[in-house]
Amino acid sequence: MTENGQTIRSLVRAAITLAAAAAVYEAAARSGYFAPALLPTLPIIAHTLFAMLADGSIIEHAAFTLYRVMFGFSLAVVVGLPLGILMARFRRIEHFCLPLVSALMPIPSFALVPLFMLWFGIGNLTTILIVFYAATFPMLFNTWSGVRSVNPIWLRAAGAMGADENSLFWKVIIPGASPFIITGMRQAFLRAWIAVVGAEMIAASDWGLGWVIFDAKEFLNTDIMLASLVVIGGIGFVFERVVFGSLERATVLRWGMTRTAKG
Amino acid sequence: MQDAVTTIEVAGAPQRPASAGRERWRGIARNAFPFAVVGTLWEIVAWAGVFPHRLFPTLEEVALSFVELTVSGILPHHAIETVIRLLSGFTLAAVFGVTIGVLMGRSRRAEDIFLPLVSICAPIPGLAYAPLFLLWFGLGNFSAVLLVGFVAAFPIIFNSWTGVKAVKEIWVRSAQSMGADDRRLFSHVILPGALPYILTGLRLGLAQAWRILVAVEMLAAVPWGLGWLIFGAREFLNTDVMMAGIAVIGIIGLTLEKFVFEKIEHYTVVRWGMITS
Repeated sequence: MTENGQTIRSLVRAAITLAAAAAVYEAAARSGYFAPALLPTLPIIAHTLFAMLADGSIIEHAAFTLYRVMFGFSLAVVVGLPLGILMARFRRIEHFCLPLVSALMPIPSFALVPLFMLWFGIGNLTTILIVFYAATFPMLFNTWSGVRSVNPIWLRAAGAMGADENSLFWKVIIPGASPFIITGMRQAFLRAWIAVVGAEMIAASDWGLGWVIFDAKEFLNTDIMLASLVVIGGIGFVFERVVFGSLERATVLRWGMTRTAKG
Repeated sequence: MQDAVTTIEVAGAPQRPASAGRERWRGIARNAFPFAVVGTLWEIVAWAGVFPHRLFPTLEEVALSFVELTVSGILPHHAIETVIRLLSGFTLAAVFGVTIGVLMGRSRRAEDIFLPLVSICAPIPGLAYAPLFLLWFGLGNFSAVLLVGFVAAFPIIFNSWTGVKAVKEIWVRSAQSMGADDRRLFSHVILPGALPYILTGLRLGLAQAWRILVAVEMLAAVPWGLGWLIFGAREFLNTDVMMAGIAVIGIIGLTLEKFVFEKIEHYTVVRWGMITS
């Protein structure tokens, strides 16, 4: 009962906070101290958002951004996952790849944007490659440490019970490493999402949510900027919570491996 | 909010006292070997002229422009400006982030007030705010530092908040029953208890700040800075200068990782035996 009362009170307080923040913003926007072009009122922002949704332009931009992020992210999973497993299983590969990875990893993906623009031009290819670069390292590292941290006792027990290489790999190593792998995917997606917005801003093409925001700046369309910000935040939130949250709940939590997932 | 990067260890050789010297040399050789392979491949491609030479310079040219820019003081100047910007943005984030996070952990009222705001602003990628900040605060240093601080604050807030909440209730109660007042409770129980989380938050925040900063420098048209150096060099097709700039960025990033993050962790958390938390 008190638990319930607590949550209700929290919800009420949260609503009050948001309402207060909105009121402060609205008051600032209407006070006339700031240029209305820089600080549009909330109804204007909502109106712009609905207009962009209604004529489908924001949906098209979002589709382009999602295409790039999914393409780059899938590429990162396809490369990072097997490479991470190989690195963890074979010392020779680890010795070759690890120095290279450690040297490349501290370079932020955005530093490569100008270079990639020269090499691959402006547009989809550059953006996808930047996303790929940003997302590969979390994927690779988590897979690598996940496979390495599979409890050796499990391996020996499975070996003693007569598991061959194949079933050892699929039945012990992969499930054992899966909390790390899922964490890696989650981080990789977060990085990819950040990278795609930035890459779209710098290597501006003509579609994409990052480009909309940056382009709106040129014309002082602050309402469009804030409306696209809402869309970007919404999509990021949906992926982070709904997609990866439920993935985690369906696999790691169900198998009771959360403790390792947090490492 | 967590990074698995903690586990990086460049495949160092297992050192045995008997032949420690030889082992070390073998370790160095083993680390250098992949770079030699990649470097050779790069040279072959560059010399073969598969790509236009302007876009794909040889490694000697990159090294040459690196040395020239360093000697003439241009590269250090850019690097110093970037580091100053990173540190001021990060300091901003650390001060506000830890304060807000600890407040949120300690008082339910503060939590109810801040949590909705923070959880709405946090999932938006930091760079998406960049144009907005540029419009509101103008081009240049102020916007750049402010944006870096704003973006880096979120992991710090979240981790400090979790850390304070994770302090064991028993510790708090036993300290209280032994007669600790609020101030002592805070400085002797809650702060040390939450420190591992706060440090993790600071670490993540600094990494975040570093990743964002390079892009912010490209967008905010700051007069000096490595991001700007790279972006400006693109206009003149100075691919060798770009490569040199990227190398410096990598070196600074590696230094942060090896000498700041790992050191902090060793000096505090590991020494107190709290790494498991």
